[in-house]
Amino acid sequence: MSSQDKSEVPEEHLPEVPASAHVPAESDPFADPGLPAHEPRRTDIDEKAANRAERQVAFLFVISMLATIGFIWSYVGIDKDRIIDIFFFGKIGAQNAALGGTLGIALFCIGAGAIHWARTLMTDEEIVQERHEFTSDPETREYAIREFTQGASDSVIGRRPLIRRTMIGAMALVPLSGVVLLRDLGPLPGTKLRHTEWKPGTELINEATGLPIKPDDIVKGSLTMALPEGLVEKYGPAGQKEELSHGWLEKAGMSAVLLVRLEPKDVKSKKELAWGYEGIVAYSKICTHVGCPIGLYEQQTHHLLCPCHQSTFDLADDGKVVFGPAARSLPQLKIHVNEAGNLAASQDFAEPVGASFWERG
Amino acid sequence: MKKLSARRRHPLAAIVVLIFALAATGGLYAAFAPAKKAEADDSASIAVEAGKKLYLSGCSTCHGLDAQGSSDGPSLVGVGAAAVDFQVSTGRMPLQQPGAQAPRKPEVYTPAQIEQLSAYVASLGVGPKIPTANMYAPDGDIVNGAELFRTNCSQCHNFSGEGGALTQGKFAPPLKNVDAKHIYEAMLTGPQNMPSFPDSTMPEQQKKDIVTYVRETTHKEPNPGGLGLGRLGPVSEGLFGWIIALGLLIGCAIWIAARTPKARTK
Amino acid sequence: MSSEQPKGGANKNAPIPNNAAVRAADALDSRLGIYGAAKKNLRKVFPDHWSFMLGEVALYSFIVLLLTGVFLTLFFKPSMQEVVYDGSYVPLQGIHMSQAYASTLDISFDIRGGLAMRQIHHWAALIFVSSLFVHMFRIFFTGAFRKPREINWLFGFLLLVLAMVNGFTGYSLPDDLLSGTGLRIAEGVVLAIPLVGTYVQFFLFGGEFPGEDIVPRLFTIHVLLIPAIMVGLVTVHLILVFYQKHTQFPGPGKTEKNVVGLPLLPVYAAKAGGFFFIVFGITAALGGLVQINPIWSYGPYNPGQITAGSQPDWYIGFLEGSLRLMPNWEWNIWGHTFSFNVLIPSLILPGVLFTFMAMYPWIEGWITGDKREHHLLDRPRNMPVRTGLGVAWITCYGVLWVCGGNDIIATHFHMSINAITWIGRVAFFVAPVLAYLATVRICKGLQRRDRDKVLHGRETGVIKKLPHGEFIEIHEPLDPATRHTLTAHEQPKPYELEAAEDANGVARKVKRSDKLRSRMSHWYFAEPIEKPTAEEYKELTSGHGHH
Repeated sequence: MSSQDKSEVPEEHLPEVPASAHVPAESDPFADPGLPAHEPRRTDIDEKAANRAERQVAFLFVISMLATIGFIWSYVGIDKDRIIDIFFFGKIGAQNAALGGTLGIALFCIGAGAIHWARTLMTDEEIVQERHEFTSDPETREYAIREFTQGASDSVIGRRPLIRRTMIGAMALVPLSGVVLLRDLGPLPGTKLRHTEWKPGTELINEATGLPIKPDDIVKGSLTMALPEGLVEKYGPAGQKEELSHGWLEKAGMSAVLLVRLEPKDVKSKKELAWGYEGIVAYSKICTHVGCPIGLYEQQTHHLLCPCHQSTFDLADDGKVVFGPAARSLPQLKIHVNEAGNLAASQDFAEPVGASFWERG
Repeated sequence: MKKLSARRRHPLAAIVVLIFALAATGGLYAAFAPAKKAEADDSASIAVEAGKKLYLSGCSTCHGLDAQGSSDGPSLVGVGAAAVDFQVSTGRMPLQQPGAQAPRKPEVYTPAQIEQLSAYVASLGVGPKIPTANMYAPDGDIVNGAELFRTNCSQCHNFSGEGGALTQGKFAPPLKNVDAKHIYEAMLTGPQNMPSFPDSTMPEQQKKDIVTYVRETTHKEPNPGGLGLGRLGPVSEGLFGWIIALGLLIGCAIWIAARTPKARTK
Repeated sequence: MSSEQPKGGANKNAPIPNNAAVRAADALDSRLGIYGAAKKNLRKVFPDHWSFMLGEVALYSFIVLLLTGVFLTLFFKPSMQEVVYDGSYVPLQGIHMSQAYASTLDISFDIRGGLAMRQIHHWAALIFVSSLFVHMFRIFFTGAFRKPREINWLFGFLLLVLAMVNGFTGYSLPDDLLSGTGLRIAEGVVLAIPLVGTYVQFFLFGGEFPGEDIVPRLFTIHVLLIPAIMVGLVTVHLILVFYQKHTQFPGPGKTEKNVVGLPLLPVYAAKAGGFFFIVFGITAALGGLVQINPIWSYGPYNPGQITAGSQPDWYIGFLEGSLRLMPNWEWNIWGHTFSFNVLIPSLILPGVLFTFMAMYPWIEGWITGDKREHHLLDRPRNMPVRTGLGVAWITCYGVLWVCGGNDIIATHFHMSINAITWIGRVAFFVAPVLAYLATVRICKGLQRRDRDKVLHGRETGVIKKLPHGEFIEIHEPLDPATRHTLTAHEQPKPYELEAAEDANGVARKVKRSDKLRSRMSHWYFAEPIEKPTAEEYKELTSGHGHH
């Protein structure tokens, strides 16, 4: 911004150096020397410099106008799907960049113009304002307190406890209406948090194929995401997706499981093997910490990691927590093979899935 | 090499290697039995013989002279040609340093040599074959691929395939600039700690859809909103907001509040 | 009132113009009395310092949020009704999703300028909260919260909390995979509340998670309830700044009784108004050029899906970090679950951190026993304990914040996520203490340097050889203004207990709170670096040994 050339300063326009500026006070070397005398800027004393500053401000305002025209042109003239490849930015949306860029320039130049104007052409002579006392003077204080006391006493609220108490009671009760009104925000929890869509005999459906799962499909080291029947989007006969029943998200959010096959000798828990099928085990996919879905399965360590808060569960040991903030083991779904040769749930989860709650016990 | 030496110093490295080796040997034990029969098959093609030579000089130190594994590397019996092709073509094998996990690096063998190695390992036991070009050609259903990716892949590899952290220094690598073939092979074979997605649970068409989605987005998709910030989500956005955006604004504030230079120079 | 009028101003003898504008103003004045307000405020003085403009950054980004937010509400459909997407983003065509997500995709891809507005809104939100923090840090470290401004500190604090809450509600609205994951975590936190958690969750979400009610409900909270409260608080906050007048740094001519600076009209108005356009301009350019929250990459929310790197916006990051660091403590007592692994990091710890922040003006006021008004700011070095406490707070917050991104750190710096978590657990307790000790030392070092500067002058870097061969560096004495600035601060004495026996030897009861206060006060003002006295200065400068 500064295009001043020091050599051109017209010395004759500069004010005298005030004599008091460098005289230290004799008594107190740290005394406040007072506000220094105002020093003019170049634009204050040099008309040419002032004119130059004016042109610079106007130039910024003109750029802003041009940018606004550019904004309108970008809105009308650039195809919204166009992609451009710019150095450093890579392939980005052309219209978005043009709209944001021009709007940014238009606004920034108004701001920069106004500030350059203030810095060069408006006064920079500091002025002093006295502060006022916040504390009221004693008369006002006395008046206010006296009037208030008088008013309170005139209301007889002090002498009529019946009024006072019933009024406080009424005021305290009336917000209850508002609280009661909130009751219909949602249903009562009941036992909804304790149950999922798994029932004895519910087949496990592979999320990737929409088909039931045979034990042989699950090979060691593989990972399969499964849901109960009716919750997996399937392609209909005409190739379009079939509509899912209402509320499938809530059900999927509770019932999602993952299936892995472990080497039976690696499994530390007998119960885990008994609840699985030939080393195939099904575990809830919902973290017992705060309910994120966990799918980061390390096939060599049998560990399952939650990407939200890094709780780590050992799938070869009843889903026990080996690291992180989760406190409870991952619930296992007891499975068997039904007559059709497909994997099916033997029962619902034996405990509530997902995050802990007060009544969980 | 700084990275590698840093990891070597890691106090948990030894344990990790041990777990790695134990789990790998144990996990592949089952594939061991049918391998005997496969070995008996007399298919002494030239490729297998050449592959065996390469194997003995480059791989047997860790995987054992008869590829049945040792304390330093898992058995390769029954892992299939696809696994070899993936590990060697992406430079993960031969392993340079023991660590939490074998990183991607420039490949050591030529394509012809990799073919021979694959043929040799495939001759040891039945395993996934190297996919053919039309199996991983990125012309599948991108919408279905996206949905499958979000259900099966994004939990480790991140929504835009930028990769993510696993336990104890392991990580899911970024998918950017990974060949379609290698993406397919990784799903098929489950390299290192990645679970596999065999055809029985993730059919060929589904894998093709996923490959299509990954190739079309991580490789080609522009950033409609501007500079991508590594597509890491809110962390890089927050850093940018604090350092660049707030930095610029404070810079402007300093300019606004600074006194305009005076005419008189002291 | 006339005594409050600043010096300078318009020429008293200038003729009063009589044009249309003046007549219109007359008409208004006869109804509203505007000249009185104008007389008080037109020449109101505002001191200039860059750090005084941090609050303005917050104010202006708030206005940008309101403006762009109105645009977004014209197109956003706050509904969780399921629709099939048929817009122009190919990888999602034909996917089932909520209307909220579909309309956010439409804003991003099918409404011209929609993406820019969304991104400006989001960048402005990030800048808003970060500028609020930096503004509060400035207020804190300079002691601007002291009497009479404690209430305004509290208003500012409330604004900060509301800004964070509103940021989270806004982040949750598009119903994408990240925002849904954030809500899922919030659901888990709500469930962990003792006694009422389950009920609160069912009432909040209208049933089981995610339900169909949360987005429309959060929408009303996000666009109406919280912004309305915030506008009210901002107004009161600014009125108080106006009424109490701005603080200023010590310097020549600046006292507790005055305020030195430039007048509202025209200079401050031009600078502040211009700064609004600059803030808006920079945010707009970011909205066009730097991508933020690409919800199309995340996909629609499905409680069975998740992505690596699931993070909230930065200002919620410290909660994410504290959840990640917390050990897995959960108790089961009499059939009820106490989820300390959720309650402590997400409710109790932030409660303690932020209550301390909110109450600090009263805490310090009680310790120092200082009941006077303060309009001259402290230099942070002159209040080592306060500065140290502030840095410790920031460090504590920072450790949590960094650990909220521990997975990104793990992948980018090739570290083990488990190791980072353990480092974080230790650092949460150790780092604030170290930061406190280091800050206090640095502050005292800087005070010592100031003292040397005042007594011995500024080092010129010029080396002189004395006749007897000794080399000395020439020190140039400070000018009186700097000398004053460096010695203008007070050095309060710690609060002393009255003697346990009065003059007649009668035992006096010393309240326990007084004992505590005295101890705290001694800690607060312990081992001060005494600022130079006039005698010291005179002795050193009176001729002999002047180097």
